Amino acid sequence: MRQTKKNVVEVSYAVAEAVKQCEPDVMAIYPITPQTHISEKLSQMAADGEVSAEKINVESEQSAISACIGAQAMGLRAYTATSSQGLALMHEILFIVSGMRLPIVMTVVNRSLSAPLSIWNDQQDSFSQRDTGWIQLYVENGQEAYDTQIQAFRIAQETNLPVMVCMDGFMLSHVYEPVEYLAQGHVNGFVPRYKPGYALNPDKPVTMGTLGTPHYYVQFRKQLQDALLASKKTIMDVNSGFRSSFGRGYGDGLIEEICMKATPPMKKGTSRKHALITIGSVTGTARDVACKEGLGIIRVRSLRPFPEEELRKACSGLDSVGVLEKDISLGANGSLFDEVKAALYSLRDGPVVSSFIAGIGGRDITMDDIRDVCTKIKAGREVREWVM
Amino acid sequence: MKERLNPGAVADSPGSSKQNKTGSWRSFRPIVTDKCVGCGLCVQYCPEACIEIKDVKGKKTAVINYDFCKGCLICLGECPQKAIKSEREKK
Amino acid sequence: MAKEMIEIRIHGRGGQGSVTAASLLAIAAGHDGKYSQGFPAFGVERRGAPVRAFARISDEPITIRSQIYNPDYVMIMDPTLCELPEIISGIKPETVIVINSKEGGRKFRNKTYLYDATTLALELLGRDIVNTAILGVFAKATGLVSLKGILEAIDREFPQKLAEKNKELVSRAYRETGS
Repeated sequence: MRQTKKNVVEVSYAVAEAVKQCEPDVMAIYPITPQTHISEKLSQMAADGEVSAEKINVESEQSAISACIGAQAMGLRAYTATSSQGLALMHEILFIVSGMRLPIVMTVVNRSLSAPLSIWNDQQDSFSQRDTGWIQLYVENGQEAYDTQIQAFRIAQETNLPVMVCMDGFMLSHVYEPVEYLAQGHVNGFVPRYKPGYALNPDKPVTMGTLGTPHYYVQFRKQLQDALLASKKTIMDVNSGFRSSFGRGYGDGLIEEICMKATPPMKKGTSRKHALITIGSVTGTARDVACKEGLGIIRVRSLRPFPEEELRKACSGLDSVGVLEKDISLGANGSLFDEVKAALYSLRDGPVVSSFIAGIGGRDITMDDIRDVCTKIKAGREVREWVM
Repeated sequence: MKERLNPGAVADSPGSSKQNKTGSWRSFRPIVTDKCVGCGLCVQYCPEACIEIKDVKGKKTAVINYDFCKGCLICLGECPQKAIKSEREKK
Repeated sequence: MAKEMIEIRIHGRGGQGSVTAASLLAIAAGHDGKYSQGFPAFGVERRGAPVRAFARISDEPITIRSQIYNPDYVMIMDPTLCELPEIISGIKPETVIVINSKEGGRKFRNKTYLYDATTLALELLGRDIVNTAILGVFAKATGLVSLKGILEAIDREFPQKLAEKNKELVSRAYRETGS
């Protein structure tokens, strides 16, 4: 269906709009490049009375997330956003949020980490927080950033788990592109009022995140792990619910398979032998190249919970796959590569898995770069390379 | 008994720590003597918050709740009047 | 992707509004019912430094996100940039160039449109911010976006007083350009 007018907006503003429509009660945000346009827009909205949330100006990201803990523990809906060093500064608190099962929603506008100082995009910042017990969803484009922001509030409160919506800094956050907004009534219908299981209330005192002696701590950790694994279903259900309500969905919610089925000039009935595994906005550029090169694309949308079974299923029967990612676990490999490889290890006749580290520190990933990666994947030999 | 684990490690029974009667841990028993002037310093120092200043026969004096007093004797060390003595607990 | 996708590269100096030009172009194309994308070459913004911005316009959804290396159109906001090698980097024989310049100094082999947006901007705005005027020239010369689309984009993005002046700028540049 062709619209006559498209709502072309900066993606950061679309995200701010989605947050506004989800009606948070408290927004505690410390501005940092490239998250600033979200933070500025929400401040403007709060000042203009467009959003009723209390906007707390904090002195650091550690304070921002801590203020969110206080708010969410009171039974309110809390939101924050950050990037890079800001996310790193939140690190110790992130465990507390998930351990206390507070469904805080945070937008991470991905940026590399210092040193050397860089404001540009890669995904080292959120990848390095993947063990903190937060759900992490990575989006490909502006529309998905907007839609996922709305889904995140619902996923969070249905699972009592915090959610990070990760979007590439600049590559997405500062791009003007068409984003279709939902009507406020539809958002309200999709994200019901938050009803906390427990809330701080002087009339009915509780202690949250109490002391966990070894006997108890392990049980709570297992409980948290089980909740994260179970959240897969919630993420999938919310994705399919969104699709049936509004006509937009993203794969099965956890991964998206792109041109994995044979298309001309391939023979009908034959299937792809090679695939590129991607995460985030680079998938867009890959769409234009990989399919033409005869490869399918498997995009990881949910890094946590990790779609282990889904990836095994998607990759079974393939000869080779290559993981293209914007992060590096220094001293090891790209983290997505390591996790994909581990997931596929026990697959009978599983594919060769190659690693391509690309787009680090904002290095542009060109169509030629991806073509080159595709050629190497098709060669079927395992390689581990940096695209630079 | 199946243990109840509230997600988020939430303790939702206020005052339930009172069920843990730490008085059973005591091997020395602090005893408040007549020298007590009721200054209340021991109240501040008691880690179990089990000392109260009460009016006993017209005189303010420290009263220890032995259900919770674990016998640490911090009160004895802190008392400026040396008004608290200790005895070996007879079990 | 079919080659209906048009790629535009904008060269300017920090403060001339190149990034805004890219976003206005994207918004205007959206008004015209097309798919579009506008983004800066993300850098450390400094007034006077050479900056680049990009726009894509297509009848189909745009998924590519890399920078633009082989533009179909190049807009040059400041004639002093014409000597930089990056201006002609990757241009094709059919690439059309729009320059803010009276007579164009450097001669390009490509089809080139010249317009003295600086004089007009100084007259109407009192400042050398030429982005909107150049968009007027671009719209007329290429027919890729409508004048109406650009005017609507300006209305949406600028405060009212500034919008009025800029709309006049665009309209005059549009009128004075031969298509």
